[in-house]
Amino acid sequence: MLTLESVTKVYKVGTFGGKRLRAVNEVSFQVAPGQIVSLIGESGSGKSTIGRMVLGLSRVTEGTITFEGQDVSQLESGRRRAYYGDVQGVFQDPFSSYNPIFKADRVFTLVKGFFPGIGRSEWEEKVEHALNAVRLEPGTCLDKYPHQLSGGQLQRMLIARALLLDIRLLVADEIISMLDASTRIDVLNLLGDLKSRGLGILFITHDLSLGNYISDRTMILRRGSVVELGATEKVFGNPVHPYTKMLLASVPHLHEKWGQREHAGDDAGADSAEPALVEVEPDHFAAVAP
Amino acid sequence: MSLRVDDLTVHYRTLRGDVKAVDGATFSIDDGEIMGLAGESGCGKSSLGKSLIRMDARMKHVAGRVELDGRELPIADDAKMNEYRFRDVSIVPQYSMSALTPTRKVGTVAHELLESRDVPFDRVKPELVRRLMLVGLSEDVLDRYPIELSGGMKQRTVMVISTLLDPSLLIADEITSALDVSSQRAVGEMLVEFRDREFVKSMIVITHDLAILYQIADTILVMYAGKLAEKAPAEKIVRSPRHPYTRLLISSLPEVGVRFDETRLAGIPGKPPSLLAPPAGCRFRDRCPLAFAKCEEAPPFVELEPGHEVACWKAAA
Repeated sequence: MLTLESVTKVYKVGTFGGKRLRAVNEVSFQVAPGQIVSLIGESGSGKSTIGRMVLGLSRVTEGTITFEGQDVSQLESGRRRAYYGDVQGVFQDPFSSYNPIFKADRVFTLVKGFFPGIGRSEWEEKVEHALNAVRLEPGTCLDKYPHQLSGGQLQRMLIARALLLDIRLLVADEIISMLDASTRIDVLNLLGDLKSRGLGILFITHDLSLGNYISDRTMILRRGSVVELGATEKVFGNPVHPYTKMLLASVPHLHEKWGQREHAGDDAGADSAEPALVEVEPDHFAAVAP
Repeated sequence: MSLRVDDLTVHYRTLRGDVKAVDGATFSIDDGEIMGLAGESGCGKSSLGKSLIRMDARMKHVAGRVELDGRELPIADDAKMNEYRFRDVSIVPQYSMSALTPTRKVGTVAHELLESRDVPFDRVKPELVRRLMLVGLSEDVLDRYPIELSGGMKQRTVMVISTLLDPSLLIADEITSALDVSSQRAVGEMLVEFRDREFVKSMIVITHDLAILYQIADTILVMYAGKLAEKAPAEKIVRSPRHPYTRLLISSLPEVGVRFDETRLAGIPGKPPSLLAPPAGCRFRDRCPLAFAKCEEAPPFVELEPGHEVACWKAAA
C-alpha cells in the first residue's frame, strides 16, 4: 500500500544554511493493509521526519514515496486533498492539537467538508460511529472543551477524526508518550483493533517495549539510516546489529535488572556510514558487514 | 532515620478553591535509601517532592511536619528554608534541561550558586571537576553554554552541580523522562553511584516509569490522587503488590517480549477524581474492582509487615 524507496531528506543547517544534514538516508520500506510497522529510534534518528514526509508536511530530497502506486512525494494541492482522505496523522501532544478556545469536537466539524451534502442526522450518526470505534462515549466527550477531557480521551478523539475519513493509513507519531500508564495501553489496544479492520499503521516511537507489543514489523533507525529491519519477533528475539543490541540492553525491564553494560555508549563508529542491509535470516535484515 | 514526613498536607490555591494535592502523607526514608515515588500525572508526586524543598507561591502548607536528620525542616517558611536548600536538601528539577541559564556559561552558573551559599568556588572546583569526570564529562563543559551540550550532558551537569555540597536528601523529579533509552540508563546508574559514593545520603526519585524505578530504587512509594497508596521494597511492589491500584498499574505495562497478538494487556478504566473536591473514602474506589461497602471510609496507611505499608481495606484484612 505505502512504499518508500531510497527516501532521503537533507536539511540545510548552520547560520546561513551553508551546512547540510542528512536527516534521513536512503530509507526503503513498505506498509501493507492491516499491518503495523513501527519505526524505532532515539532522538535525531529521523523517525519523525519520515512520518512528516509520508504526510506531505516535509519535502522529500531524493527517492519516492508511493501510495497505491501513485507518487505522493510531490502532490499539488488538489490531489493532496484527496490523499488526505486516505492518509492521516496523529501526533505526540494531544493538548496542543486542539484549539483551547473551541470545543474539542470542532475537530470533527472541520473535516465535514470531505462529505459534501451530508445530512445532519447522517453526520451525527457517522461521528457517533467513529467514537464508538475508539471506545469513547459520545456523551462524555462531545460538547466539551479540551481542558475538560483527559489526554487519552483527546488522543482517541483525534484517531476517531481520522477514522471518520475512512482512511487506509494512519501515521501515529509518538501518540502514546504523553499518556499515563493506565490509559496508554487502551490506545495501543485500539491500534491493534484497527489493524484487524484493515488499517495500515506507521507507528513511530522511541519506546521499544511499546513497539514490540503492537507491531508486526520493526525498523530500527540510527542517524537517519535503517540499521535493522524485519518481523518484530525476529528483530527483538535475535538482534544482530550492535546498536539494536545496545538499545535492547538499555531498556528497563520490570522483572529483570539491567545486566552488565556491554557498550559504553553510542559513540562507536559515529561518522562511519552504515553498511548496506543484508538478509541475516528470512524476513530479517541488518546493516552489518556480511 | 534520615527523613521523616508526618501527616504532610499541601494544597494549591486556585480561583476555584483549594486543590488537595498532597493529603496526609506519612513516610520515612533511611540513610542510604533511594526511594522511588511513582504515580500518574496529577497524583501529587511532584507536589510532594517540591514541598520538601521549596513551595511555590500557589502552594500552601496545611498540616504536618518534616524532619531531616533529627532537625525539623521549616518547609512553610520560605526564608528560613533557604539555609537548608542546596546544603541539606537539593533538587534536580523536572526539565532540568532548561534549569541552566542560557546566557551564562555552565561554570559561571556553578560559581554563582556556590557563592550564594558562601562557599568559595576555588575550594570546591577540584571536586567539581573530579565529579564531572566521574560522569564522563570533561572540565571544558564549565566553559560552555548550555546550548552546546546535549540533553543527556545537561542532565548530568545539573546533577553534579546540585549534589556538590553533599546534601542529605536529593529530590530528582522526572529526570529520565525526556531522555533516550541509552542516556536514561546512564543517568539512572549515575544516581545509584552518587548514593554509593555518599555524595548524597538518601534520594527521592520521582517518575511515572516503574520500570526505571525497579532498576535503581530500594523502595517504591506509589501515590494515587494525592494519597499514599503503597510503600514497599522495589521487589515487593513489582512482584507482589497488595494495593489494587498498584496491581492494575503493573499489569498494564507492556514489556519487551509481550505481544498484542498473544497477550492483550488491559488498562484501568475511568480516571482519577478531581482533587478540588475529592470524594470521601478511598479515592480509587470508583475504578477499583474490589471495592465494597467499607471503602466509603478512607483506609488508613498501615504496615502489613515491616517495610510494607498499604492503604486498602482489602489488602490489610
